[in-house]
Amino acid sequence: MANLKTTDKKTKAQSMGMHTEVLTGKTQQKFFNPDEAENFYYWGTYDVDFNKRTELDVKNMDCKEANKKIDDLMSEGYGTIVIKNPQGKHSLGVGILNKLNLIFEGSLGYFGVGSIDGPMVRVNGRVGWSCAENMMAGKVVIEKNAGSCFGAAIRGGDLICKGSVGARTGIDQKGGSIIIGGDAGAFTGFMMQRGRIVILGDVGINLGDSMYDGIIYVGGTIGSFGSDAIEAPMTQNDIEWLIRKLKVAEIGDNFDVSKMTKVVAGKKLWNYDALEPTEKKGAI
Amino acid sequence: MCGIAGLIHRGKYSNVGEELQSMLQALKHRGPDSTGYALYAKNDGQNFIMRFKVGENVGEGSTSVNEDVSVYDGRKKLVDKNLSELGATIVKEEKLTPYSYRYEIKYDKDLMDFSKKIESVEMVEILSIGKSLELIKDLGDAKTVCDRYNLDKVQGTHGIGHARMATESGVDIKSAHPFWGYPFADVSVVHNGQLTNYWNNRRALENKGMRFMSECDSELIAVFLAEKMRNGATLEEGMKESLTGLDGVFTYFVATKDSLGMAKDTMAAKPLVLYESDDLVAMGSEEIAIRSILPQEITTYDPYDGEVKVWQI
Repeated sequence: MANLKTTDKKTKAQSMGMHTEVLTGKTQQKFFNPDEAENFYYWGTYDVDFNKRTELDVKNMDCKEANKKIDDLMSEGYGTIVIKNPQGKHSLGVGILNKLNLIFEGSLGYFGVGSIDGPMVRVNGRVGWSCAENMMAGKVVIEKNAGSCFGAAIRGGDLICKGSVGARTGIDQKGGSIIIGGDAGAFTGFMMQRGRIVILGDVGINLGDSMYDGIIYVGGTIGSFGSDAIEAPMTQNDIEWLIRKLKVAEIGDNFDVSKMTKVVAGKKLWNYDALEPTEKKGAI
Repeated sequence: MCGIAGLIHRGKYSNVGEELQSMLQALKHRGPDSTGYALYAKNDGQNFIMRFKVGENVGEGSTSVNEDVSVYDGRKKLVDKNLSELGATIVKEEKLTPYSYRYEIKYDKDLMDFSKKIESVEMVEILSIGKSLELIKDLGDAKTVCDRYNLDKVQGTHGIGHARMATESGVDIKSAHPFWGYPFADVSVVHNGQLTNYWNNRRALENKGMRFMSECDSELIAVFLAEKMRNGATLEEGMKESLTGLDGVFTYFVATKDSLGMAKDTMAAKPLVLYESDDLVAMGSEEIAIRSILPQEITTYDPYDGEVKVWQI
């Protein structure tokens, strides 16, 4: 992200090429233009070197202290950070907006690695509720189980849980992929708006309830369909995408994806066909 | 919000008082108003242990009416008189605080009649009766209550506890958890959530002779299960019926002298993290509760919607 930085720090929105006029009255927005990248400053990001590695023991730190320390290490150029003894603490590793190899040797509590945009995260344990909420980009791999609201409102990236997850996985999902190696609880994909959810195991009741868009693939049994969710035929594109994604997710070797159940929204919402420009991502 | 925690050692005794204190203290942020413990202790099993209160803690943060402490002695004397009339023998008595007592008693008749007689004394509430159950609840966080009642040395097989954030009723002992499963010996309940058909259920249960001591919606679970068991249901059957009989969002634990159970509503709206091994089950609203007694890497999971589990010691 180094080439995106500028020394001219105006307001964050202005330096991102947005809001070309004072925000009074009707707002005029200008979306991010890649041609203007040299003027783009993504506030809170750092140039890091993946080969520069360090460890951080957070056993005696609260989450604020631990997150500040991670930020400090990134500002020093560390691109691979191993967190020791997270011990189920909440809100660790949140708000990381640049590339980073972040490894947690243990489990996280609530809201772990939320609002991230770019890092590669591996949790060698379990995560609590709302892991990776609002994730924009990157890859998060959970080696064990996850709590409820896994990947709530994510907009992009790959979020993978090799074990099972709780209820409301992918609630309000707006993009990206959520891939579950085990089972998922009730209300998976609740109010899902875009993106894809893949569950290799069984899923609970009310799958895809009130979903607007997006696709859910289920390998096992389905407790029940939610309101507006219906089964759709698998296509060759689906199969190829699933094979590719499961490889990325490091799970489901030899899993016969062609036998999965595909679930989509059965109701087209009024005025819901104007796709959101991906460029807008950086401005949100 | 509230936080709940529970653990059961299978096949051995452990320092459950200290363990539960650690778990509940880790959940303090979920409920700082009051803390309660239901510990299943290593007692001789010969006599009943009755814990009761004759007044409220009117200290900082309490919503109770301030009373003159002198009235407590009068109530205690009336309890003693009623015990004598019931034919119960006090083997040992301990005054724990100005407003609460622990009695060991010999008694072999109906516990419902017994409880009604004791609780006929104004402001007196039996917190628990049982041969192994030691139910303690008071205002303050887990450590405060643990220190006040010397719980850190309690040896036992299992226990459940609660850190309460008062929402549906006042900050007082009568609304604090756990709730005793009146009139059954050694039954206790803790709950995280809100019950929305409390009054309908309460009216129906009161008409069947069940008693409520508070206006805390969580008390309904204890009474609901007690009524099912009174009619011959097993604990697990009662818990399964609660999934449809109780409306709202809830995760609750119930314990008896030899078992520990959990139930989660059909929306799975309230959190629960569970660790299970051959010799120990530990669970809590958040993983940090479990981590406070098991810092090593372990595998935990979230039970699903409508799930009921019961473990034996």
